[in-house]
Amino acid sequence: MSQVLFFIAAICAITGALGVVLLRNPFYSVLALAFHLVSLAALFLLLRAEFVAAGQVIIYAGAVIVIYVFVVAYVGGGASLPSGAVLRVLGPLFAVALAVELCIAILGSGLKGVKGKGAPYVSGFGTPAHIGTLLLTKYLFPFEAASILLLLAAVGAVVLARRRRGLEGEEEPSLRIRTAEPDYTGTMAEAAGVRPTAYDELTHPEAEGAAPTPEPTHTGGW
Amino acid sequence: MAIGWYLSVSAIVFCIGAGGVLARRNPMVIFLCLELMLNGANLALVAFARMWGGEAGQVFALIVMVVAAAEVTVGLGLIVAIYRRRLPIDVDELSELHG
Repeated sequence: MSQVLFFIAAICAITGALGVVLLRNPFYSVLALAFHLVSLAALFLLLRAEFVAAGQVIIYAGAVIVIYVFVVAYVGGGASLPSGAVLRVLGPLFAVALAVELCIAILGSGLKGVKGKGAPYVSGFGTPAHIGTLLLTKYLFPFEAASILLLLAAVGAVVLARRRRGLEGEEEPSLRIRTAEPDYTGTMAEAAGVRPTAYDELTHPEAEGAAPTPEPTHTGGW
Repeated sequence: MAIGWYLSVSAIVFCIGAGGVLARRNPMVIFLCLELMLNGANLALVAFARMWGGEAGQVFALIVMVVAAAEVTVGLGLIVAIYRRRLPIDVDELSELHG
């Protein structure tokens, strides 16, 4: 049973990872990453790391992915950029070579621990109670350092992303002044063609009724 | 399942991420591929924790997650700042610091 679960989760994780790299639209890449993270959480559960799996789903698939989605929606997907000629060939080649080398090193190693199924299971291994006790006793210093790092990152992100008048002051007015948009611009009625679009009014001003529109000359039959 | 299988999956995920970092040009996708590399390392850490029966590896994985979250926050802040200045969101164009 655990073998079946392992192969399903592993194939899902690798598929998600490939999707992140290969999909052209960054939005789909983010969704593929979410899929990858959830299947990786399943692998963590198989390794009896319950707390890490829960943290993976909550922190990554919850918080980090939401930040990514917001930024992709704000910045926009952008043009799908083809990579440079050299790296487009060398990058995947390097990755495949590294993967083959690592797999040979792992599967062909003579270490007994790698071949085995791991240490015997102790009750409570990897539960939030155990991890929490460790974080607050033995690993208290990394825990506090992580909290300071998060605080610094939050402050740094706010400082980096805020508007600075000195740097972009000249372009600011063009942002604020907006041309008056005709009615129904950007509505579903425009998209469905029910209402005349702004484009039609610009290119065919006679459509208002000032100029006679050519009547369809259907007189019945061909 | 033997621990080696988990390690192989983590190696493959890491290499996919490394290839993506090298080949893609959109900084957002590069950050996503960095996440892949960190996750591959995380899987290896958790697998080793299972192998030894100690929980230190899992604590390490949690700290790696925290660092990844901090990296994402600062990196996406940078991308938003780049976008605000109307610069192209393309790592090949943003080469002013290139020596």
